[in-house]
Amino acid sequence: MTTPVEQERTQADPVGEEVRAEDRPWQTLVWNDPVNLMSYVTYVFQKLFGYSRDHATKLMLDVHHKGRAIVSSGTKDKVEADVAKLHAAGLWATMQRSS
Amino acid sequence: MKKWTRKGDLVLGRFDRQEAAVVRGLVSQIQDMLLARAEEAPQDELSELTGIRTGPSTPPDDPILGRLLPDFHRLDPDAPDPAEVDSANALRSLHEPELLDQKTGAAEVVLGTCPPDGGEVRLEPAQAEAWLSSLNDVRLALGTALDVRDDMPEDLPPDDPRSPHLGVYQWLTWVQETLVEAVMD
Repeated sequence: MTTPVEQERTQADPVGEEVRAEDRPWQTLVWNDPVNLMSYVTYVFQKLFGYSRDHATKLMLDVHHKGRAIVSSGTKDKVEADVAKLHAAGLWATMQRSS
Repeated sequence: MKKWTRKGDLVLGRFDRQEAAVVRGLVSQIQDMLLARAEEAPQDELSELTGIRTGPSTPPDDPILGRLLPDFHRLDPDAPDPAEVDSANALRSLHEPELLDQKTGAAEVVLGTCPPDGGEVRLEPAQAEAWLSSLNDVRLALGTALDVRDDMPEDLPPDDPRSPHLGVYQWLTWVQETLVEAVMD
């Protein structure tokens, strides 16, 4: 039942995509730290961003193995809000301009 | 304590008296540190008029508070970019009051649901979420104080002064880990 709605929204959004691409100069980074549990970090990514278990797990493993991962991007306001939420959850998050 | 279990939307746990005292004691200590930090926020007439609260613009000196209230940018410790420092300070000042409210609020939920003499803990989903953040804050604080590292052995040498405290940290890790499992179940 959700598929037709999803398609409709995607199709109706080509202009929005362009605007958004220009409007996405910021990234949210999460850094590895030795305290946060892998399962908890995965839970937080799912809970805060609505990511699937698989996607959240992949990002968590990137943080763990590569030392950091970009977990979201968007306008400065959006990324700022994402960093604030991650701080409330106790993750070590920062924001930077996309290079 | 046994592992947390799930019953419908509720998450159930049971703490004996000593375990409840450890959880409550540590959560209260972190809450006190955060409340003391909140009192450092500048008080001015303009904030009172506009209702817009501002927090301190500089990071806490204390490493534990520093870990609980991180900067919004990753600053080079040796040669920080002055523009990034200004931006990080401005963002801290803007967001810290709410962050402190969220953290002290989560601590309050733990203190309100963990019986002082031990016993059953029954958590609604939002309360379980508060427990997860609060337990995580306590582990971050202990982890910072104990200088926990990725390559740290499970047991420290008996003469290491951190040795007795590491057991508490590891127990809290287990409590949090099984709570995540119960919540995600």
